[in-house]
Amino acid sequence: MSRCRDLLISAALGSVLAASPALAAPLGLGRAAEPDEIAAWDRDVRPDGIGLPDGTGSVMDGEAVFGENCAICHGDFAEGVGNWPSLSGGQGTLDHDDPMKTVGSYWPYLSTLWDYINRSKPYGNAQSLSTDEVYAVVAFLLYSNDLVEDDFVLSRGNFLDVAMPNADGFVVDDRTVKEYPRFSQPPCMTACKPSVKITMRAAVLDVTPAGSAADTGEEAQVLAAGAQVFGKCKACHQIGQGAGHKIGPALTGIVNAPVGAGAGFAYSRPMLAAARAGLVWTKQDLAGFLASPKVFMKGTKMSFVGIKEQDDIKALIAYLSSFPG
Amino acid sequence: MGGAQLNGAQFTHGMIHNMEYTGVPLRALLDEAGIRLGAKWLYVEGADAASNGRSLPLDKALDDCLVAFKANGEALRKEHGYPVRLVVPGWEGNLWIKWLRRIEVTDGPVESREETSKYSDLLGDGIARKWTWEMDAKSVITSPSPQMPVTHGTGPLVITGLAWSGRGAITGVDVSVDGGKNWQAARLAAAGQAKAVNRFYLDYDWDGGEMLLQARARDDTGYVQPTKDQLRDVRGMNSVYHNNGIQTWWVKPDGRVENVEVS
Repeated sequence: MSRCRDLLISAALGSVLAASPALAAPLGLGRAAEPDEIAAWDRDVRPDGIGLPDGTGSVMDGEAVFGENCAICHGDFAEGVGNWPSLSGGQGTLDHDDPMKTVGSYWPYLSTLWDYINRSKPYGNAQSLSTDEVYAVVAFLLYSNDLVEDDFVLSRGNFLDVAMPNADGFVVDDRTVKEYPRFSQPPCMTACKPSVKITMRAAVLDVTPAGSAADTGEEAQVLAAGAQVFGKCKACHQIGQGAGHKIGPALTGIVNAPVGAGAGFAYSRPMLAAARAGLVWTKQDLAGFLASPKVFMKGTKMSFVGIKEQDDIKALIAYLSSFPG
Repeated sequence: MGGAQLNGAQFTHGMIHNMEYTGVPLRALLDEAGIRLGAKWLYVEGADAASNGRSLPLDKALDDCLVAFKANGEALRKEHGYPVRLVVPGWEGNLWIKWLRRIEVTDGPVESREETSKYSDLLGDGIARKWTWEMDAKSVITSPSPQMPVTHGTGPLVITGLAWSGRGAITGVDVSVDGGKNWQAARLAAAGQAKAVNRFYLDYDWDGGEMLLQARARDDTGYVQPTKDQLRDVRGMNSVYHNNGIQTWWVKPDGRVENVEVS
């Protein structure tokens, strides 16, 4: 914004602001941003390619970067793990009952993908990829959507040549035409319909988050706090009746259980070594692990930075304890 | 709109807020900086780890947006966007960028992830609407509701809830106890304010029978909140965002309340 300040007095007022009845004289606050400052901050990329830095990345390199940073949630082939989003497939399903909205089937602009990966990914470690790595991951995702061949190399030079299948799949908000006339009729007040039947019940679907009952006891409060902290774990772990292994092992009965005892889960090598050594998940060891997984157990597959607050760890362990094996 | 059914107003309607913001009109900031000929959009960006950003049309920016540093008279809290956040009255919450760190004036939209992949509304024919920023009139009965069952038995019952519209002021709210067959006008706690939440009340003498409670908001554009089926007729089953359909609560003889859908 401030880069425009020096232009204020000249042409600018003639255009947009001239219509303002309350236009005040400038207050002279702030200073114009330096070009270097703008360059450091102005990183967004637009559909027409404005903002794209020079760089290049191949499908092959992208596969490696993706496998390292993204596959844990999105799958080796960008197919999505568990409830994490699929990034590939779904073309031709948008008008189906159960559409699959992916990069290939839904996203209208390649720039959006580049910009999003560049500014927001990988999850938990945003803005850690190099420019070439971003190009490479984007190239890999194009490949996983069958939009390019496996020898494709994406660069600033050919970026605008890539055609996105759903580029024409969007219309600008048309509610003023399609909805407002229809929904602006005088409302019916009496005998508006002959009968009313219940067609769906929340209690039957049973998807309300647990722990929502109003309970004000101290123990309940700790458990509720623990349930909230468990929100961080839920992406990879299940707990409770019927819980199964996901990205991480099922955690039902984990407190005071032997380490690495979840049958059928592929534990990391150090976790298996700890299991052979007879380590047990005491509350104390759990607290140590949860505070900093990679420090407590070097080489663990648990890709989680750890929990800072001791109260949160305590609450989480109380919550875990509430699901005995 | 085929989405999850959750048993409580906090889950079905919890993602709204209504506060008194204090801040600098975005227009004043833009006046101070100056705007080049050809400027049509802003790109507004937050300082969160994912640097969430959205494109905002210049007309809206110059109209009623605010760069807020206080909410309800106190400094913004961290989770509300301290030190400054954008206030975009009547428009979808994702545009109200928290931890605002950058405003770029551009001649075109960025088409960021949050305005293409997300916050676009997939219609039944496979075409999606984008830039559906304005929030249409909506309402919900907060009591009785699943989290606020009737605990005092039969007799006088105050049915109350909230109504709002991103397009203007609420002019009235109708309440039905029979799933939308018949409606009565509720009373508003105060005259409607544009783009703000209004509380409404209906005094009712409950005989202990089952009720299918609904509220229906009207705003000063003449818009009447539609039923979920009316919305589905236009939008199909997969338009996830911007669902402003009429909510139904099933009140049972023991006073407990469940989230249901009705024909």
